[in-house]
Amino acid sequence: MPPAAKARRGELGQFWRTFRRNQLACVGAVVVGVLVVVAILAPVLAPWDPNRPDMKRILESPSGKHWFGTDQIGRDVFSRLLFGSRISLAVGFVSVGIATLIGILLGAAAGYHGGIVDAAIMRLVDLMLVFPRFFLLLAVLAFLKPSIWTIMAVIGMTGWMGVTRLVRAEFLALREREFVIWSESIGAGALRVIFKHILPNALAPVLVAMTLGIPAAILTESGLSFLGLGVQPPYATWGNILNDGKDLITYAWWLTLYPGLAILITVLSYNLLGEGIRDALDPRLRQSAVGRVLRLGR
Amino acid sequence: MRRARIVSLLALALLIALASLLVVGNSGRRIAVAADEPSANEKPAYGDTFVQATIGDITGLIPNITSDAPSHAVSGLIYDGLVQTDKDLNWIPSMAESWQFSKDCLSLTFKLRKDVKWHDGKPFTAEDVHFTYKTMMNPKTPTAYRDDFELVRDVQVLDPYTVRVIYSQPYAKALGSWGTAMLPKHLLAKYVEEGKLREAPQNTTSPIGTGPYKFQEWKSGEKVVLVANKDYYVQGRPYLGRVVYRIIPSQATIFLELKAKGVDMADLTAIQYARQTDYAAFKQDYNKYRYSANRYTYFGFNLKDPRFADKRVRQAFAYAINKPELIEGVVMGLAREATGPYRPGTWAYTDKVKRYPYDPAKARQLLAAAGWTDRNGDGILRNKDGQPFSFTIRTNQGNEERKKLAELIQQRLKEIGIQTDIQTIEWAAFLKEYIKQKRFEVIILGWGTGIDPDQYPIWHSSQMGPDQLNQISYANPEVDALLEKGRTSCIQKDRVATYHRIQEILAEDQPLIFLYFNDALPAVSSRVRGIKPEPSGITYNFIDWFVPKALQRYTSG
Amino acid sequence: MALFALRRLVLAIPLLIGITFISFLVIQLAPGGPFDYIRGEESGQDSKLIERLNKEYGLDQPVYVQYWRWLIRIGRLDFGRSFQPDAKPVLTKIGERLPITLFLNFIQMIIIVALAIPIGVASATRQYSLFDKVTTVFVFIGFATPDFWLALLLMILFGVQLDWLPISGLRSLNYEYMTFWRQQIDFLSHLVLPVTVVAFGGLAGLSRYMRQSMLEVVRQDYVQTARAKGLPEPVVIGKHALRNALLPVVTILGLSLPGLIGGSVIIESIFAIPGMGQLMVQSVFSRDYPVIMGNLVIVATLTLLANLFADLAYGMVDPRIRFAGRRGRRRR
Repeated sequence: MPPAAKARRGELGQFWRTFRRNQLACVGAVVVGVLVVVAILAPVLAPWDPNRPDMKRILESPSGKHWFGTDQIGRDVFSRLLFGSRISLAVGFVSVGIATLIGILLGAAAGYHGGIVDAAIMRLVDLMLVFPRFFLLLAVLAFLKPSIWTIMAVIGMTGWMGVTRLVRAEFLALREREFVIWSESIGAGALRVIFKHILPNALAPVLVAMTLGIPAAILTESGLSFLGLGVQPPYATWGNILNDGKDLITYAWWLTLYPGLAILITVLSYNLLGEGIRDALDPRLRQSAVGRVLRLGR
Repeated sequence: MRRARIVSLLALALLIALASLLVVGNSGRRIAVAADEPSANEKPAYGDTFVQATIGDITGLIPNITSDAPSHAVSGLIYDGLVQTDKDLNWIPSMAESWQFSKDCLSLTFKLRKDVKWHDGKPFTAEDVHFTYKTMMNPKTPTAYRDDFELVRDVQVLDPYTVRVIYSQPYAKALGSWGTAMLPKHLLAKYVEEGKLREAPQNTTSPIGTGPYKFQEWKSGEKVVLVANKDYYVQGRPYLGRVVYRIIPSQATIFLELKAKGVDMADLTAIQYARQTDYAAFKQDYNKYRYSANRYTYFGFNLKDPRFADKRVRQAFAYAINKPELIEGVVMGLAREATGPYRPGTWAYTDKVKRYPYDPAKARQLLAAAGWTDRNGDGILRNKDGQPFSFTIRTNQGNEERKKLAELIQQRLKEIGIQTDIQTIEWAAFLKEYIKQKRFEVIILGWGTGIDPDQYPIWHSSQMGPDQLNQISYANPEVDALLEKGRTSCIQKDRVATYHRIQEILAEDQPLIFLYFNDALPAVSSRVRGIKPEPSGITYNFIDWFVPKALQRYTSG
Repeated sequence: MALFALRRLVLAIPLLIGITFISFLVIQLAPGGPFDYIRGEESGQDSKLIERLNKEYGLDQPVYVQYWRWLIRIGRLDFGRSFQPDAKPVLTKIGERLPITLFLNFIQMIIIVALAIPIGVASATRQYSLFDKVTTVFVFIGFATPDFWLALLLMILFGVQLDWLPISGLRSLNYEYMTFWRQQIDFLSHLVLPVTVVAFGGLAGLSRYMRQSMLEVVRQDYVQTARAKGLPEPVVIGKHALRNALLPVVTILGLSLPGLIGGSVIIESIFAIPGMGQLMVQSVFSRDYPVIMGNLVIVATLTLLANLFADLAYGMVDPRIRFAGRRGRRRR
């Protein structure tokens, strides 16, 4: 049931109008945008090589030359933060991407088929939720060779349960709706029904979950760094810069202040943005608007 | 005239200034920086609580079956051995009042003190010595220190206070091995027989030793509390009434506790020692000490890897690595360059060995001789098949110092055209997956060397098994012979020459690059007196430490 | 309803066994064994012991044999002994740690609930007001600040600079010599910083959930009707809206109960609190299989019970839900 183009634009417009009214969410969106640009332009913006030690400039406090000071082996903290933003954001994006993919596939299967498939998948979800997440992370990290990709994969593979539940719930609600029943009645295959009709309509809450999942992944990475299980040297992430600086917090405050603030601002902005999107997709509008919003974006 | 006087006055002032600068500079270089020595009118006093911060919990209270530093530190105060080390690391009497070697070194007879009592009041006798030996040799005892007694043929109780040990061949570490904690036969015999020593209550809730402190409580993950043994056989000691080990798993927290005077003793990191503790308040509250620890850090090659089997390649690496830079950069200069496996200042050490000052040109030369050159002008060394020289440096996770070493060395190697990756791997996985299976190229790790220079397990070619310590697979027949000779001689003078030769060969071979001996950097509350820093450390006379009555903080201790 | 509960309980047993089997497999397959620590970095240590101990504890057997043995022992409620040199029974080790973790988490939860629900309700009823914005930013700052960083900053401020609060640990060293009331004050003062850090971090989750739930309810017909009838706003919100908005929040709280025994490694190591988080991490790092498994069994059992309890409670509060075979409610 293809909606009229006009109506589509109207709903998109409504989304924007609601969203725009939410000043916090707009600020969040702008900051997130800036961060992505900064991450992409890091090699251009960074005044120094982030991994090059300089023994003559150990732990210098912030100055005109090194804006955010230097670390224990004389590397420029500002440049490391810039490059770190790439890894940190990549960790956020990729791990959430993985989690979402797994979550959508399992959630869709469970919600569409119901019955034994549903029961099995939901038991798996229960099982995963029962494990302390940290234990899962450790166990998987022990299997795989440590690298940036491992960290991403691991965070993603231990964080899909929420999305699964979400997608399943949407499916349960949507599969009884007229347009799905209609599609099925004219003989559309299961996959076609799932991907063409139900999924796009279920994507709104997933989008919100993703926006909120990215900052959570960034925080998880910094927690892993605390345990010494974060991204490998010499790659900088905000988490491991912060962690490396913690023993020097009373002396070289710049080693913790800047990465700490970077994490804080980023996580805060993503959360405001995510909430803004959710609010704008008010439950009443959700069913009609979101799926089309997303389909428009394609 | 007046002018000349002013000039000379100025000159004098300048001289004084210079002199004082020299003095200041000099005092900064002293090995141990003690702020104030106890003045004569500060009489040793009993009492007070001494709080020590430790980063890890203990794992048990019978030191013969634990193998971690915190457990050994705590047990060291609860238990005594027959002998102990003095400030110069010589063996001196402890529970044995004297001993006698036979001429052939095959028999060692201890005369025990008659006034030693276990903490439960029972007398300590030769039977306990015999029991301890039997415990160590019992196959069911999970001890990692059996090697020390492997060469003992028999332990004879001649009378309640005389023990004779018979060796099957002369053993250099014979005397020192009896510094092992003595265990009470009357309490543990049953558990040893059943092979359940670990489960004995003496291992968790009620250890009984003969040492200067009695056990009071162990709150898992929180603290271990010891109280002074008033009946200790060394009259009048110990002074400190209570010793508390507080378990604080975060280095950052330990330092904040120091700043807030919550702990009386903690090990500083190099950067804390060098940069963060030089303000007046800290100097007033704490004395900092610095001495070389029996532990060195190394850059080790897997000698089974054909690239590193070539001595020229290893020597090239030695030239390419800038040790002074590493020491300055990683530990703020608070370490001693290593030339071999022995700490400078010990009797086995010699400095007359081949040195490798930083010299990248020479490194390139040696690598070229070994077939590694930049063949296409991209700055990367390749062999004649065009394969680039690249490998992974691995070290254990959670050791910031080694991580920084890896990063600095990576940079230096890059400059001579060698590409490296760094991997830090969690300890248990690292041992099992990489070290045991010898699936590594280069590792950065450390060795604690103990008091005796015998390092047979590390260097002897017979020790290459998966669980054994010669993980780099070093095999040199001459070193093998020297190691065997060194450990079966009981005359120190003969051994000196043996170990000097071993160092010469190791320096030439560079089976691993000896980076540096780390410094131990403890800070101790300035209210504690009686500390006499020596090159070997400060804790050797712990039982003499005291807090003057007026300065005691915990009155109820 | 009793039937429903019983059915769920019976179903939980195979799930529990499944969980333990997978966990067992995972920790056994993870590289590194429990006795490898014996090979340290000291030249004087004899590493033949590793092999001997592996044999003694049956670690040279195939995994399924080991698992079967373990399962049979667990069936007799024998959790075994730790592989560490102290060889304490697993239950003793957990028993040493559990009370403090439970206590801390309980206090944290009460504080979070006491703050988050009013914040959530207030910001929902005044959506997009200044108050809403300020609290939104406030709770998200709490969520967004890396906890160990915040912990250190607070320790420096209140422990070192101002010297108002103890920095770490649970009790002062002269605790035994204090009067009863001094002891209580001493203990509580040690808890202030860790509880603050955790509560600040956890505020966002619940308060945003509350806000969301409230916003949805306020738009419902019966609330609109109540308004139209001219009931005063506090009555509308307090009586009609709040009660319904609390429903999903109760579920969330129920589901988070098993988390109470988990404990946070980061907070515990920074504040030197000997809790379950540290025990779990240390046993994972040292491959102390019996302790890891014991921990997981207890956590898993509690989680399953809490799930059941949450479902039952939900059903009791909300009569629309009947305990049919299939779960009727939407889970988010």
